[in-house]
Order: sequence, then C-alpha cells, then structure tokens
Amino acid sequence: MSKIGARIAAVAAFMVTLAACGGSATPAPQTDVGVTSNSISLGNTIAQSGPAAAYGTIANAELAYFTYINNTQGGVNGRKINFKILDDAYNPAQTVPLTKQLVEQDKVFAMFSGLGTQAQTSVRDYLNAQKVPQLFVATGATTFMLDESLHPYTIGWQPPYQGEARIYAKDVLANHASAKIGVLYQNDDYGQDYLKGLKDGLGSNASMIVDAESYDVTAASTASQLATLKAKGADTLFLFTTPAFTIKSLVITTALHWEPTIYLNSVSNPQVYMGIAAKAGAALKNVTSVGYLKDPTDPTWASDSGMQLYKTVIANCTTCNVNDGFNIYGAAVAWSMVDVLKQAGTNMTRANVANIATSGLNETSNPFLLPGVVVKTTSSDHFPITQEQVITWSGTGWTRQGNLIDERGTIK
Amino acid sequence: MLQRFRTLPPRYWLVLVVVLFFVGLPTVIDSFQAGEWAQALVLAIAIMGLNILVGYSGQLSLGHGAFMALGAYVSAILAHRYKMDYLVTIPIAGLLTGVIGFLFGVPALRLSALYLALATFALAVVAPSLIKRPAELTGGVQGIVLLPPVPPQPVSDAYAALTGTAMTSDQWTYYVTLAWGLVLFWLAWNLLRHRTGRAMRAIRDGEVAAAASGINLAGYKTLAFGISAFYAGIAGSLFGLAAGFVSPDSFPVSLSIQLLVGAVVGGLASIPGPLIGGIFAYFLPIESNQWVPTQTWIPTQIASTIEKAGPAVTYGAVLILTMIFAPNGIVGLVGAGYARLRGRLRGVPDRESGQMPQDPQTV
Repeated sequence: MSKIGARIAAVAAFMVTLAACGGSATPAPQTDVGVTSNSISLGNTIAQSGPAAAYGTIANAELAYFTYINNTQGGVNGRKINFKILDDAYNPAQTVPLTKQLVEQDKVFAMFSGLGTQAQTSVRDYLNAQKVPQLFVATGATTFMLDESLHPYTIGWQPPYQGEARIYAKDVLANHASAKIGVLYQNDDYGQDYLKGLKDGLGSNASMIVDAESYDVTAASTASQLATLKAKGADTLFLFTTPAFTIKSLVITTALHWEPTIYLNSVSNPQVYMGIAAKAGAALKNVTSVGYLKDPTDPTWASDSGMQLYKTVIANCTTCNVNDGFNIYGAAVAWSMVDVLKQAGTNMTRANVANIATSGLNETSNPFLLPGVVVKTTSSDHFPITQEQVITWSGTGWTRQGNLIDERGTIK
Repeated sequence: MLQRFRTLPPRYWLVLVVVLFFVGLPTVIDSFQAGEWAQALVLAIAIMGLNILVGYSGQLSLGHGAFMALGAYVSAILAHRYKMDYLVTIPIAGLLTGVIGFLFGVPALRLSALYLALATFALAVVAPSLIKRPAELTGGVQGIVLLPPVPPQPVSDAYAALTGTAMTSDQWTYYVTLAWGLVLFWLAWNLLRHRTGRAMRAIRDGEVAAAASGINLAGYKTLAFGISAFYAGIAGSLFGLAAGFVSPDSFPVSLSIQLLVGAVVGGLASIPGPLIGGIFAYFLPIESNQWVPTQTWIPTQIASTIEKAGPAVTYGAVLILTMIFAPNGIVGLVGAGYARLRGRLRGVPDRESGQMPQDPQTV
C-alpha cells in the first residue's frame, strides 16, 4: 500500500514540478525502483541444491552473459546489470520468502528467469500485485504464456510444454501408429502440463496411452512406476521428468530389461546428461526429443559465430561446463533480457519493460537459438518461442531430423 | 496505586521493557524486516507450546511441525476456499489443532520417552505426504497462495498518525503475531505457576512420586499435549499469514527439529526461553548464510564448496558452542551470570540460615 502511496506522491510531485516549469516540452527519462543512472538490478531464484540442482548452472550462465555485456559494452544504455541469484532448492516454500527478500530488501527492478513451475506459480500473484516484472520464467508451463491477461507482469520464454508434447504426438502418429504409450510424469503443474499436451495432441487416439504413472519430486526412485508401466504392456515410454529423475529412469528402464521407444522432454535432454545416463548403464536406444537451442556438443556449430560468442561468454563462469546445454539456454534467455532493456531505452519503468517483454518482442537473430527460431510476442500472442525440431539420439549426440515445427496458435 | 507500581519486583519492569521493545520495533526497522521478525515470533509461539510439553512435563515431541502444518492448513483452507476473514480462522485453527493433539496424546502418551519421540517423529514424516493427497482441498503439491493481509483502516490510520508512514501488510502481520504472542505467553505464565503447572513439573521430576501424590498422570500428560498442540496450531496459522503461502514443503521434518533446537537453546522450563529460542531458531540459519568467507585467495572451486556447506557448518558450530557453554540454554546462562554477579557484589547467602551477609559498607 505504502509503495502505491509513495508512487502516487512521486507522480504528483513530478506533475507539480512540470507545472512549475511552465510545461517544459521534453519528458524527463523515467526510472523505477532498482534502476539508477549507472545500474539495473535483477533478481533470480533457482534450484542450485535439492532434487533439480542440475538446473542451477542456468543462472550462472546468465550471470556470465551479463558480465560479458557489462565488460564489453559497459552494460545496457550505460547501466551495468547487477544480477542477484538465490537458491530455493526447487522448493516453493523457499521461493516465496526469497522472492520477497529480493523485491523488498534488495529492491530489484525485476525478477528474471526464476526457475520451476511450482516455484514461479507460487510467487506470480505476489509479483503482479507489487507490479514487479517476472520476466522469462524458466518453465514452459503453458499458463505463463496463456494467462497473460490475468498476470500482465509475468511472461515465460521457452517453448510451451503442451506444444512440445503435441510435436511428440505428431511424431508417434506418423512413425509408431500402433504404439502402446506409457507415461512417467512429475506430479505437479509441470508434469501435468506435458501430459495434457500429449492427450490433446493425440486427440481421438488418446486411448493409445495405456498408463500414466506419476512421482513426487521428493521421491527417491521411479523404479516401481517404471515396473508398472512395463507390466501394463507399454512399448513406448514418455519421460516428462526433471534431469536427476530422467537419468535414474533411463538407467532403471535398461535394468528392467525393457527396451521401449523413448520420448524425452527437452528440459532434461542436454547431451552431458545423456552421457551420464549411458555411463550408469542406460542403453539409450530409440530416444527422441526436441531442440530449439544450438547444442554446444554438435560439431555442426563448431565455426558458427553464435557458438563462438557463447564460448567467449561462458569463459566468465568458472563453474560452468561449456558442453552443458543448460548453459547455452542461460546465455540465450539473457540475450533476450538485454534486448528488452535496450528497447526500453530511457523509459526504464517496470510497466514499460514488462510490456515490451510480453507484447513487443521480435528477435530473429538470437545467436544461441537454432537458425530460423523466432522470439516473438504481440498484444494478442504471448508465446515467445513456439518452434522446435525433432532430434534423435545417435549414441554420442543428438541428430536433428526434418525441419522446425511451429506450434504457434495451436494452444488455447 | 503508585505504591503498587513502586513495589513491583524488578522482573516486571524487565517484562515491560521487552514488551515496549517489541511494540516499537517495526517503527525503526523496514517493512521487510518486520515480516522476518513476525516469523521469528511465530517460531517463539510454537516453541512456547513445545516448552510446555518438553520443558515442564518432560515429554519429548519431534512432531510439532506437523501440528503447525495442521493449523496453517485449517486457516488457509477456511480463508481461501470458504472466504473467511483470516483473523477469525486463527483461533479456530488453534482449537482444532489442540483437540487433535489431545486425541493423539491419548494413545501416544501411554508410550515411554523414546517411543513417544518416535511416534511423534513419524507424525512429522508423514505429514507432508498426507497433505498432498486430498488435492482439491489442500491444493496438493502446489499448496495454497494467500493474499497479503490488509490492515484495517482505523489501525492503519492510527499507525500513520504516530509514525508518519502508512502501515504495510508485513507490519500488520507483525502486530497480529505480537498480540497473539503476548496473550499466549501470559496464558502460559499463569498456567505454569498454578496447580496445572505444579502437577506437570511433579510428573516431569518423578512419575511415581507424582502418582503417589494423587496426580492423574495420563490426564495431565494428555492435557499438556493438547495445550502444546494448541500453541503449535496458532503458530501454524500465523505462519500462513506471515509467509502468504502454505505448501507441504513448508513443513518439512527439519522444522520439528528446528523447534526443538530453539526450545533447548533458549532454555527449557522458562518463560523467556522460547522467545529467545524463536529468535535464535529463525535468524541463525539466515545469518549463517552471510558469514561465508569471501576472501579472494581462496580458489573458486573450494570457495563454491564452502559457500554451499558453510551455513550448515556455522549453524552446527554455534549450536555446539552454545550447548557447551550454556547447557541450560541462553536463559540459564544469563541466570547463572546474574547470580554470580550478585554473589560477587553482595556475597552469597549463608548455607544454613539462608540469610544474606550484611552490606559490606556497614561492616
């Protein structure tokens, strides 16, 4: 309440000043909390410990990109970016107080790339009530793009989970029309969103799903669920699982002497995690996923200028594994953030920045995305990325198949 | 009247100073910190409840986090699904949790010390999983997001008139928590000085002797459990108000342990102990995060390891040091220090007669 009061007072004071000056013509540059003449502060909560700790490197890669921008370009429009990262251990009960701390104590201008469907859902109402932008959340849960009108300060970035699941549905119908599908999904909004997308995509063929088993993120193992799916006669396995559970599930599947066709969600598919699964004994035959980022381990991009830039950027992060696909994700989303701040120019208000991110994006040259992938939002379409390409596991890396598939406009 | 005030024992003046300190605190710290202090007071209330059980009745509970969860969910469900005023739900949550605690106590207190600890521990372990099941009611793993409380207009106006700034929801939460804390500490103080308190202490010090004196063992033990759960329920409800969010993961097993640590560190079987314990239990884990060494000569690989393990190590070290140098908790340490200071200044009482030596100046 006091903030709104203070803001009204500030606006009133500003009006009075304008009137006193006799209506000077040029509007003064506007700023909000967290912006000074030479700095912008952004906040982030992410899992750097706990069951989804594999994602923690994303924030470090984002910091590396901001450091690169600060060092080589002096920041954005003369303002250096301060990026504060806090570890919420993938636990919404920690995300809420940490987000409050960033907003009220550290006085950040905006939250950027907070990770976790549950975690970001739990702070969405709070951030919108405070009118703090919640930009490019690191979750593809459809609600972050679809329910824009209810939460005008919130926007996702990566392709929606439902869109990705629809691409798998198309692939199954085209290549494995008689498949008996078993699904393993995480029991939360994230897993359920993928499952919904798959069912919608299969449409009248949804009965191909013979069983869907879930696990809680606090669970120790997924062995009993996988054994059940095998016993139900599934020959095609969908893994809507976070990295640690994905690696375990791939290993357990092989240990059960089960060789289904596997569809693996993109949020767990970096090549390095596949390598860990293979080392732990997973067979990894017939594995399909999707991609929209340039894979750092793909020799195709060895001399690509975007990949060169990525390698320069990631050198700023001593703990980052350059081959980890999550790091190029971090660099790519940070690129979009810098793009938004550049567009905002002198009008550095929270409302303006949120508006540009949710309705004014049009990136055709994000150097870290696959060629042709566009990051675009308009006043009626708030899905930034909708294009993905099917990839299959070759035994050492991912091989791209066919062309980009665009799911823009299919999710309502 | 004036005469009565002048003859008040000094500890009453201490209580007055402490109360005034807590009333005035939000006017000198910022709103966010007021929210943090509200959380510390919430823990203090829960620890007071635990203290009645552990410190005064001698029964160990490792499951008070589960009672906090129950209180928080009762309030959250009533406020969120049935649109009740959150403040009204607080006593309901407390009473319901108290009744459930009482019922749980009936079979559980037939168990002797270690088995009771295990039974209550089991409660803390299953609570998060139980909460997730009726997903339509509890919101499942998602939990329930509560809107920040809006201070009522007269309170807000009065606060604005006194301090010159409008009252924030965090400050309002703080004062609600403080009001409940004052009432509950006053209740505990009254309860424990009188018949019930004496009976509980008698049970703690020797069950056979207590039973021989005609004390209903099972009755008083169960009562202590019920009262203790009532405190935890109120604390849980206030926790929901202060955090603005309840989820199964808000009440992990470690919360129950944290409460017990707070009770022991503050000082068992004392009234100010839980207050100090609550502040300790809330702020130490947070503050220990800030004490991570950031010297540049430490290699980055090692520094990141220290950064991750540092807070837990600091927390453990402070805990061990406190237990070595203050085995009776912080209150015990202060009490012993005061007694020693008094002894140094005024001499110690004669062992036989209990008479104080004469004032040295007049000798």
